[in-house]
Amino acid sequence: MIRFDYARPTAVAEALQAGAGTHTAYLAGGTNLVDLMKENVARPLQVVDINRLPLNRIEELDGGGLRLGALVTNNDTAYDSRVQERYPLLASAILAGASPQLRNAATNGGNLNQRTRCYYFYDVDTPCNKRNPGEGCGAIGGVNRIHAILGTSEQCIATHPSDMCVALAALDAQVQVSGSAGDRTIPFADYHRLPGDEPSRDNTLQPGELVTAIDLPEDSFATNYTYLKLRDRLSYAFALVSAAVAMRLGDDGRIAECRVALGGVAHKPWRQPEAERLLIGEQPGESVFQAVADAVLRGAIGRGKNDFKIELARRVVVRALGQAAARTPQSQTDKRIA
Amino acid sequence: MNEAVTLDRASGARVASEPIGSIPLAFTLNGEARHLHVSPWTTLLDLLRDTLDLTGSKKGCDHGQCGACTVLIDGKRMNSCLKLAVTLDGHDVTTIEGLGQPGDLHPLQAAFIEHDAFQCGYCTPGQICSAQGLINEGHAKNREDVREQMSGNLCRCGAYPNIADAVLEVLGTEKSE
Ligand SMILES: Cc1cc2nc3c(=O)[nH]c(=O)nc-3n(C[C@H](O)[C@H](O)[C@H](O)COP(=O)(O)OP(=O)(O)OC[C@H]3O[C@@H](n4cnc5c(N)ncnc54)[C@H](O)[C@@H]3O)c2cc1C
Ligand code: SF4
Ligand code: FES
Ligand code: FES
Repeated sequence: MIRFDYARPTAVAEALQAGAGTHTAYLAGGTNLVDLMKENVARPLQVVDINRLPLNRIEELDGGGLRLGALVTNNDTAYDSRVQERYPLLASAILAGASPQLRNAATNGGNLNQRTRCYYFYDVDTPCNKRNPGEGCGAIGGVNRIHAILGTSEQCIATHPSDMCVALAALDAQVQVSGSAGDRTIPFADYHRLPGDEPSRDNTLQPGELVTAIDLPEDSFATNYTYLKLRDRLSYAFALVSAAVAMRLGDDGRIAECRVALGGVAHKPWRQPEAERLLIGEQPGESVFQAVADAVLRGAIGRGKNDFKIELARRVVVRALGQAAARTPQSQTDKRIA
Repeated sequence: MNEAVTLDRASGARVASEPIGSIPLAFTLNGEARHLHVSPWTTLLDLLRDTLDLTGSKKGCDHGQCGACTVLIDGKRMNSCLKLAVTLDGHDVTTIEGLGQPGDLHPLQAAFIEHDAFQCGYCTPGQICSAQGLINEGHAKNREDVREQMSGNLCRCGAYPNIADAVLEVLGTEKSE
């Protein structure tokens, strides 16, 4: 770990000032940043500890939504009674991730901003365009079992590793951000980005900007939902492929609205509104679910070791839609897939 | 004892009042108020093991991937290898050394012995701190819950069934109280 200066502001304005320079990093739970600093992947000269900022509350929003402070921990969010009752999809996705002790430290703002788990990104002795733009991508043509199949570029095929963010994408959450130029609200779909020819940028946050909260809309999809996560071992492992489904059925049993977000397949939680629209007005059933899965995966590209993800993702979409329609959300304790 | 104690690597001697950094850190460690100076890049795990000679917390991976370093911070279990010590100013840290002592074992320690819940013992301090965290959290009702909620602690010897037995026994005891 390189040597760095340490600041511990107590107000957002102070934090923005301390975080304004180059080579600064905000420190929340530290479960990703400290790890990356140990590997010399992150080399901040100034670490701004934001844990004393007053961003650690969950609050009701006018109009029926819920505001999750950036510093509320992942576990406190998942076990909050309002989140459990109104946003069980979010609670389920959070509890599918990491471990209890990591979730006790990890914060909501940190979860959004965690970096990819690409092995080459982590290993400073290998080339990586995300770490060192222009250096090349070790994963293309290399070991890419965990890598993306959708929305990749010839510069980077990394995935965003979060489970929580997949649920937030399905719920159409909004990210509240503060910066020296003022506050702004970013729709979740626009928060993370595809690698394109600028893979060093994971998201649309500007340098020095701080996430202050995540807003959940009133529409909470608490009845027909699921978070289904497939991985190499049943707990304490990142997703190979995951799906968050938020569905609404009409009185006639037909699908009135449905969102499908995929994790583990792209540089951001993956949604495809055209595919989701295929479900509207349909009776839930295997054939329309298959059609949606085909539509979502149509442009998928395997890079060798991750070819299996294309078929796996198709099956995850079908199974997750079935779970949501049947009101049998995946248990995050009993991992058998119904 | 309110001063830093460092281990002299060459002689193995403990050297009192050696400041190891410039930033003041006042926190409670195993019930005792401590006032130290630390470098911002020192992790809690390294502070405990290398400076304070509390070697119960283990370093299995140093990357949050094994749970051997689990301690309780304000009663919540966390991986001490990923916590910068300097961030703990004003907080309360409990390590395995603070849970029980030889002759005065914590119920979880006694249950681990009773149920043969370890072989080499390397993961055990982390398992026990994690189990105490699990009990504090109060979300585990049965064996399945315990297995899932203890999944942040790997055991290379594979003592998992016995670890679950030990945790379940103490959970049951606490519930019936
Ligand atoms: C072994 C292991 C397994 C894991 N498994 C999973 C898993 O299965 N699923 C999953 O989803 N996650 C998993 N994680 C990742 C974990 O969820 C993240 O590390 C965690 O959410 C990051 O939160 P933090 O508060 O610790 O962030 P930090 O490490 O403090 O920060 C992470 C990044 O976010 C930035 N940041 C933090 N807060 C803000 C803010 N408010 N505004 C702007 N920038 C900010 C930091 O500068 C840094 O770049 C795992 C982690 C480990 C170590
Ligand atoms: S996939 Fe992206 S993060 Fe991984 S090596 Fe290639 S450029 Fe780097
Ligand atoms: S040493 Fe901290 S989790 Fe392995
Ligand atoms: S007892 Fe040996 S690692 Fe668990």
